Amino acid sequence: MEAPVIKHSSRSLVGRDAWTIPLEEIDLAHPGIWQANEYLPFLARLRKDDPVHYCAHSPVGAYWSVTRYQDIMTMEAAPHLFSSEPTIGIVDVLPQFTLPMFIAMDPPKHDEQRKTVQGVVAPNNLKNLEGLIRQRVITILDSLPQGETFNWVDRVSRELTTQMLATLFDFPFEERNKLTYWSDIATAIPGAGLVNSYEESFEILKECLAYFMRLWRERAAKAPGNDLISMLAHGEATKNMPPMEFLGNLVLLIVGGNDTTRNSITGGVLALNEYPQEYQKLRDNPALIPSMVSEIIRWQTPLAYMRRTAKVDTELGGKHIKAGDKILMWYASANRDDAVIDRPDEFLIDRDRVRQHLSFGTGIHRCMGNRLAEMQLRVLWEEILQRFHKVEVVGEPVRIYSSFVKGYTDLPVRLIAR
Amino acid sequence: MPRITLIEHNGTEHAVDAKNGDSLMTTAIKHRVPGIDADCGGACSCGTCHVFIDDAWLGKVGEPGPFEEPMLDLNPERAANSRLSCQIDISDELDGLVVRLPEFQF
Ligand code: HEM
Ligand code: FES
Repeated sequence: MEAPVIKHSSRSLVGRDAWTIPLEEIDLAHPGIWQANEYLPFLARLRKDDPVHYCAHSPVGAYWSVTRYQDIMTMEAAPHLFSSEPTIGIVDVLPQFTLPMFIAMDPPKHDEQRKTVQGVVAPNNLKNLEGLIRQRVITILDSLPQGETFNWVDRVSRELTTQMLATLFDFPFEERNKLTYWSDIATAIPGAGLVNSYEESFEILKECLAYFMRLWRERAAKAPGNDLISMLAHGEATKNMPPMEFLGNLVLLIVGGNDTTRNSITGGVLALNEYPQEYQKLRDNPALIPSMVSEIIRWQTPLAYMRRTAKVDTELGGKHIKAGDKILMWYASANRDDAVIDRPDEFLIDRDRVRQHLSFGTGIHRCMGNRLAEMQLRVLWEEILQRFHKVEVVGEPVRIYSSFVKGYTDLPVRLIAR
Repeated sequence: MPRITLIEHNGTEHAVDAKNGDSLMTTAIKHRVPGIDADCGGACSCGTCHVFIDDAWLGKVGEPGPFEEPMLDLNPERAANSRLSCQIDISDELDGLVVRLPEFQF
């Protein structure tokens, strides 16, 4: 079976005027405007003129875009109408190449599985991990070059998230890049460079399974520890998990916490440079860090959307949606919706109701790792403030070619010591 | 004005005057009682306004509703007296209510 190869070329909206383009030509899922950082006016146009928008033709088929905050809340309260199955990305993948992950399951299966693993990232366990994570942060920050330009994404965002994953899993430290590699494989679109087919991805993920099974056996034979694998190996509800389910949950934890946190680390530096008065507020009052962390996560919106699939014919915002239709809930748009968020186009680290954003989704699938992500960013910024007056952006960021993961490959910076 | 007592996990008590018609979550936020995040602003879809109802008040406060139940159910600290405070409306009936806050919201 041929895997779908996605080609985007002709329908790029880059350079087009969002306010005059015919609505039917808007294809938000096209990565072009996301990489070019030109997506915001298109989101604003749809929120105003066609908040539940149908894109009839796209390289990945027809789909709906939901762009208002309240409409997404409505959908998320009704998982029996708007299903997370078969998948939460826009492309359908053949079932034989799909790992069982509760992010792509509906109740009751979703609830059962989430309940068995959520303890591992619960706040009480995070307390045990915070010290180790802080050590890693300090080592990385102290090794950075002073007074010279370097890529923040490679030296800090990527390195730190990889090390944090290694810490969480107590993964052999020298081999930590395997984690990032598997994460990249699990999200790779065949034909886009890393792999050529879903078969190939799946074969590589089997190596990942073998590796983790070995760690699992080691940890199961030892006294219970604080790392995620030990917790899964000793937990009453998880110790007899079938291998594919174990792999699905591991990959979900690796992927869930990788690009999202990485790009929030980069996005925060960028935002503080674009809003120097906010950077000053932060220096004057480091107690704003937790609030700033929430604002960074809103501002970055590391995952632009999640997909649902209509289970039955239904209606949303006056539009008729047919059973089987794909619907993208654009968090990147909801987070800029002034019906709910005051002055949404400004980055304000001390805004009211700062936690009320949709970057973590909402409802029963609301991000299970949200406290972990916030803790990582909080610790990082606490240590940055101790050391540097400013992480100064000295060149243009390079954004990735994706409408799903909002992220960066490059951010040239220079450190200004305190 | 019904008087409500919220007890933080560390034992700190907050006795506050609540307004009829506000939710218990709104009451806590208005009086800056720490320990309730209310990330969804009261839409019953985040679960971060979790509280434990004092046993003596369970009958008056009542059971979780049909939208609240699935959100509560995913909370690892869920107990028999768990409720989401955004789903409890303040009324004279609840004058004297005592609730405890969890150590963490999830
Ligand atoms: C800033 C960082 C993060 C962002 C923006 C983010 C975003 C999201 C979003 C939007 C969802 C909802 C999916 C849906 O509704 O279909 C989600 C779910 C999830 N996230 Fe995160 N995430 C982040 C960090 C993490 C971390 C660090 C972990 C690692 C433990 C993680 C693990 C998960 C899991 C397991 C789910 C599935 C929950 C379910 O289906 O019940 N996430 N995340
Ligand atoms: S405030 Fe979100 S569930 Fe109560």
